[in-house]
Amino acid sequence: MLSVEGLGSAYGRIEALHGVDVAVNEGEIVSLVGGNGAGKTTLLRAISGVQPVTRGKVLFEGADITRLGPHRRVECGIAQVPEGRQIFGSLTIEDNLRLGAYRRNRGATTAFLEHVYESFPVLRERRQSLAAGLSGGQQQMLAIGRALMSDPKLLLLDEPSMGLAPILVDKIFEAITRLRDAGTTVFLVEQNAFAALNIADRGYVIETGDITLSGPAGDLMRDERVREAYLGV
Amino acid sequence: MAEFLQFAFSGLTVGAVYALVALGFTIIYNASDVVNFAQGEFVMIGGMATVFLTALGVPIPLAVVLAILGAVVVGLLLHRLAIEPARGASSVTLIIITIGASIFLRGLAQVVFDKQFHTLQPFSGDTPIVVGGASILPQSFWVMGGAVVIVVLLWAFFNHTLIGKAVLATSANRLAAKLVGINTGMIMSLAFALSAAIGAVAGVLVTPITLTSYEVGTLLALKGFAAAMLGGMGHPLGAVVGGLVVGLLEAFGAGYLSSDYKDAIAFVVILITLFVLPTGLFGRASVERV
Ligand SMILES: Nc1ncnc2c1ncn2[C@@H]1O[C@H](COP(=O)(O)OP(=O)(O)OP(=O)(O)O)[C@@H](O)[C@H]1O
Ligand SMILES: [Mg+2]
Repeated sequence: MLSVEGLGSAYGRIEALHGVDVAVNEGEIVSLVGGNGAGKTTLLRAISGVQPVTRGKVLFEGADITRLGPHRRVECGIAQVPEGRQIFGSLTIEDNLRLGAYRRNRGATTAFLEHVYESFPVLRERRQSLAAGLSGGQQQMLAIGRALMSDPKLLLLDEPSMGLAPILVDKIFEAITRLRDAGTTVFLVEQNAFAALNIADRGYVIETGDITLSGPAGDLMRDERVREAYLGV
Repeated sequence: MAEFLQFAFSGLTVGAVYALVALGFTIIYNASDVVNFAQGEFVMIGGMATVFLTALGVPIPLAVVLAILGAVVVGLLLHRLAIEPARGASSVTLIIITIGASIFLRGLAQVVFDKQFHTLQPFSGDTPIVVGGASILPQSFWVMGGAVVIVVLLWAFFNHTLIGKAVLATSANRLAAKLVGINTGMIMSLAFALSAAIGAVAGVLVTPITLTSYEVGTLLALKGFAAAMLGGMGHPLGAVVGGLVVGLLEAFGAGYLSSDYKDAIAFVVILITLFVLPTGLFGRASVERV
């Protein structure tokens, strides 16, 4: 479904991705794990089209989308829950969600809104309050809900567990598994390697802009190098 | 009392124009972080183009529509040719670009139009209406009424349409706006077009009272900027309040002190705001963004 080939990206003259290859098949959860500054966010942004690409290609459902604007990629069915949630704090929760459906036809929005409220009832309760007033966990739910409003085929998640209490982390990962079961393909980026690989079908390890390991998630969790570097055992 | 009312009405009339210019600043600033000092030129284009089109025999309503469209085209070109290529430049660079653009537009206006002062027929005659001893030109009501209508329309646009909310979303978080599929480049064009249209309407409404010429934009931009700063750059309600306050200060200053100081008021407002209240009355944005 998604295929990233030899992707390079740079901030000014400093290259952050040195030719990355990643593939995500339909119906999978694929996790990308790596430490601080490894290039995870850069890769997700490049896939969404909000980060310049210096070389390589991004293919989605067989079509080359490397030169497509970010709004066109949302239309194609790629949605992202960005690092740090990035909600529209000065707008209401419901407006945040409606804007998530910006590229969809208006008729279906209400049904999707209903769907998101069912998954995250706390958002319904507070739908007319400003999003800035939500707690961290609620903001994360809002960010996920907003991405789902575009009815994506592929959902990109950038560290959804960051800064959340352990019980909330479990909830978020459960929600991600449910999404996959309902047919959404998921590409998950995490520093929390255990939780991310635990729910994944396959995984990749990224270090300073290069993919260093890849394979079935179970194999990666048993891999000595991964266990030492990321699982703390 | 009659004198006081007289000054108050004239203050509210010019204040309404400053408020519209300040709203133009606000809309562009919110969508693109650009402080657009060419905002006054839209007012000039609105007035001057209407004057020259009517002189060519175009009926007034059509001339007004064409003048507004002309300003919109100029606004779009300004964004496309001057701002867009400098994307990512510092705020100061962008401000200098807009100042350059305003000088260019004034030069162009001298050539396309001329260097004379012009006026338009007042929309509903020039028999003053007496209110509490103060006599008010009917055109003043057009200006104030027009400003009210524009403010209400803008409010509805930003609060009740998805595209209006997309503009707000773009100003709240550009990255997230792109990620939900908002074409932020298009939103910026829209902001420039909208600001240009509002400026042009202000120019048409006020020309019968204040006259117009190729260079009226300079002072209007300054005063609109003072109003926007006073209200808090980026805050729509602040822009309206700021505009009315600057207008009233000017009218009372000119009336009770001396009309020599009229144009200095805006400078004083900018300075006092910067020193005392850098985020403005309704402050949100920080000064260094300005
Ligand atoms: N805006 C930026 N300007 C310059 N360099 C940047 C910028 N953002 C990231 N980098 C650099 O690019 C590299 C990759 O950063 P990136 O944010 O993609 O890492 P990450 O894997 O997402 O890290 P984290 O887990 O901390 O979020 C890092 O070396 C970082 O310093
Ligand atoms: Mg990151």
